Amino acid sequence: MTEAILARGSVELKVFFRDKTTVAFIFALPAILLVLLGDIFGAQAAASTVKNVTVGQIYVAGMAAGGIAATSFQYLGITIALERGNGMLKRLSGTPMPPVAYFAGKIIQVAVCGLAETVILLAVGTTFYHVKLPDQPEQWLTFAWVFVLGTTACAIAGIAVSSIPKTSASASPIISLSFTVLQFISGVYVPLIDVPPWLRDIASLFPLKWMAQGLRSVFLPAQAQRLEPAGTWEHGRIALVLLIWIAGGLVICARTFRWQNSN
Amino acid sequence: MTMGTDSAVTVRGLRKVYNDQPAVDGIDLDIKAGEILALLGPNGAGKSTTVEILEGFRKRDAGMVTVLGKDPDNSKRDGKWRARVGIVAQSAGSVPELTVTEIVRHFATFYPRSKDPDEVITRTGLDEKRNKRVGTLSGGQQRRLDVALAIIGNPDLLFLDEPTTGFDPAARRQFWHLIEDLNADGTTILLTTHYLEEAEALAKRIAVISAGKIVAEGTPGALGGRDMASARLSWEIPGTGRRTMTTATPTQAVRKLARELAPVLTDAVGVVTGVEGEIPGLTVTRPTLEDVYLELIGGKE
Repeated sequence: MTEAILARGSVELKVFFRDKTTVAFIFALPAILLVLLGDIFGAQAAASTVKNVTVGQIYVAGMAAGGIAATSFQYLGITIALERGNGMLKRLSGTPMPPVAYFAGKIIQVAVCGLAETVILLAVGTTFYHVKLPDQPEQWLTFAWVFVLGTTACAIAGIAVSSIPKTSASASPIISLSFTVLQFISGVYVPLIDVPPWLRDIASLFPLKWMAQGLRSVFLPAQAQRLEPAGTWEHGRIALVLLIWIAGGLVICARTFRWQNSN
Repeated sequence: MTMGTDSAVTVRGLRKVYNDQPAVDGIDLDIKAGEILALLGPNGAGKSTTVEILEGFRKRDAGMVTVLGKDPDNSKRDGKWRARVGIVAQSAGSVPELTVTEIVRHFATFYPRSKDPDEVITRTGLDEKRNKRVGTLSGGQQRRLDVALAIIGNPDLLFLDEPTTGFDPAARRQFWHLIEDLNADGTTILLTTHYLEEAEALAKRIAVISAGKIVAEGTPGALGGRDMASARLSWEIPGTGRRTMTTATPTQAVRKLARELAPVLTDAVGVVTGVEGEIPGLTVTRPTLEDVYLELIGGKE
């Protein structure tokens, strides 16, 4: 079992890094968005109402969450739908490979890529946008659990969403559209406080909002909690929602995952 | 071979219905351990549905199915059973970014008693391509890679679903050698094809499927009673033209014909020799496998 998981993880990483277009897209997009949004909104004093909080910091946290979810939810969901469409999943299911190894391999790939992506983003942020890296060990501990739970919850959501499109051709539009909407209402591009409450309520049902909030708690100073609709970082609630997503998502995946498209 | 029983596959009364249309309509089939059985039939006859049920990819609506001693529907997630079954599906996705060696080695990690990946690559004729990306292979090479991935686990039973569709004749012949070679090692093979010559070249037994039913089963030589079928005699009467007759006893008929025509029969150089002479333009034919097959499927192809 361990051997199969490691074999799947290494193959997934190989395949990902050999697909140069995808690599460029996944790694560059968050950094490009950070530059664009940082420069466009940098002049506005939206955040200057709170001392010591820069627009760069706000967007680093937002783009980190958006980037991790782009890999673990959007890219993963589309990739699985494509592998189902071209018959690769059917081929794998005809071997003794334990199904768990397939999913674990995917999670290894998105975790490695999500982490690398975050490192690149932080490098750009600290170099150009006066982003200061957290200096307290507790903040890095928070980063660690938010990253692990957030990536896992998003990946499970990605695995679940991959079964919705009936054909692989419709996977990319369906998954990309829902992901773009989710990013706008989850506080990735627009501060949560500026999002209408009813949209915030919808976003609260999905893991992205909570992962973004958790990452803000890592990269923003404590005073920035005033910019949160809840007024605090809500660490306990973040952990709870992400864990519920992981548990519930696993049940949904176990019941709905298809190894082939019906014909 | 570790086979508990003589029969690799047993099927009784198999049925599968799509939208009220039976795709498989009561099939009985037996494949003995170590044999190659060809399932021959036109497109849409139910070949692939049958095979996919045996592979555990599809649920049946009725009937009994045993594959290597197990019901595929209960065993499709059983790694031990999966490890004994090799599958070359009609079309299957691959991983274009990996090299041939990488993907064959990768699949080897799934199996408890896998073959040596390098040996399997050589055997499937992919030696020169071992370090090339899968995405750069030709159609025929991809198909051989499909076989490599299906046999890497050293299966007891191999399913080949229309493995040579789109091959040129030379590639097809090469592929047949590979299949014969695997069978010589003791691998039981179920081959579906709509190429008559493929079934005839490889299989010791052919089952013809048409409209969801097995309409004939037998050795290529005896299929559909071909060996016992009436023969067709045809000969020339100089000045009158060609005559034909159909008979169940062609040898007797030729003797009788020679006696009747004795006065005009000659030897090779035209000397009249009576009953010992040659009947002009004589042919004796039995139906070809193709004649039998077309008759069996009722002109559906």
